[in-house]
Amino acid sequence: MAKLESSFKNMVLSLLGITFVASAALGLVNNATKPAIEKAEIKQKSDAISAVLPKFDKLGKEYQAMPKDGSECVDVFPALNASGEVIANAVKTYSYNGFGGYIEVMVGFDKEGNVSGYQVLKHAETPGLGSKMGEWFSNESKTKQYVIGRSLKDGQLKVAKDGGQIDAITAATISSRAFLESINRAYSVLNDQFDGVTSATKHEGE
Amino acid sequence: MNQWKNFTKGFLKENPILVLLLGNCPTLGTTGSAINGLSMGLATTFVLIFSNMAISSIKNIVPDKVRIPAYVVVIAAFVSILQMVMQAFVPELYKSLGLFIPLIVVNCIVLGRAEAFASKNNVFSSAIDGLGMGLGFAMALLVLGSVRELLGTGKIFNIAVYPEQYGMLAFVLAPGAFIALGYIIAIVNKINKKKA
Repeated sequence: MAKLESSFKNMVLSLLGITFVASAALGLVNNATKPAIEKAEIKQKSDAISAVLPKFDKLGKEYQAMPKDGSECVDVFPALNASGEVIANAVKTYSYNGFGGYIEVMVGFDKEGNVSGYQVLKHAETPGLGSKMGEWFSNESKTKQYVIGRSLKDGQLKVAKDGGQIDAITAATISSRAFLESINRAYSVLNDQFDGVTSATKHEGE
Repeated sequence: MNQWKNFTKGFLKENPILVLLLGNCPTLGTTGSAINGLSMGLATTFVLIFSNMAISSIKNIVPDKVRIPAYVVVIAAFVSILQMVMQAFVPELYKSLGLFIPLIVVNCIVLGRAEAFASKNNVFSSAIDGLGMGLGFAMALLVLGSVRELLGTGKIFNIAVYPEQYGMLAFVLAPGAFIALGYIIAIVNKINKKKA
């Protein structure tokens, strides 16, 4: 078959045909993978929630809450015990001040407001430096960098360089600051909104 | 053309990264660890094979003046398919490669093979060319990723070889990528010169 010449009609028709076939194929694949993608995302989220919280019976209704400083809302996932009381909260929080910009952290707080666990969900920090957030702050043998079990009642968590009590990741102070910022943000939401939570739950029960 | 030669030319003689120096952006960006390099290479191989086949089979119905946009649409379609499939079935890997998957669309290797090979050869040779070039690309990425991971963190495929604190962090970062790539290119040049 000879090659089509570059007449206006041929160009329009061939491009139209190719884009039509391509979009049809994409539509089909999208339909086929959509349920699986959603399932994967939900599983990732619920895995993260159970990883950061103490043992609980079921999850309450998630809601959004605005941090004290008026920044963007964070997602709160209350965890309930068998009789429906809130025993802990997981918060999907964030910071825009990482070395690579946006980081997203799932952090859990128990009833007393102590950090019960965390998991870094998204980040673009430098591999080998800031990317160590996941292990660094959960290393139980290094008490000065271990954040789990800490209470934020006496004020925000800060890195040692800023006069705080937590050792920053070596050579990644900016990432460490952003990480602590995200945890502080999560805590400020719970602290502020605690009355809101209970009334909302009551309202639902009516 | 001898299909075996066609297949193996991507490994050393015309290796897309080490000899043709195409697609350096994803090369330097994704090779912070061996596993990332390898998966990026395999993802690109997949796109290369299918886009080469598709382009070679439509080469006669695409007028010359609009061939580039037509090829880009074909390549972008395959990349999007790959992206959705990865997101659905290997979300972990999808997360770690992140931005670089959609960037396969503008990877010079894919468009370069479409223009230089698939648009002039039959479907079968084009598939072989895509496979060979893709594997050559994946191999180069694997080598570069392993070297950087080993020198930077003391691990290969996350298995510790020596304690991490002796690693040279620079190799995980961008400057180390350039240095490591430079040395690997020098070695491959030496091998290719000997053969010729």
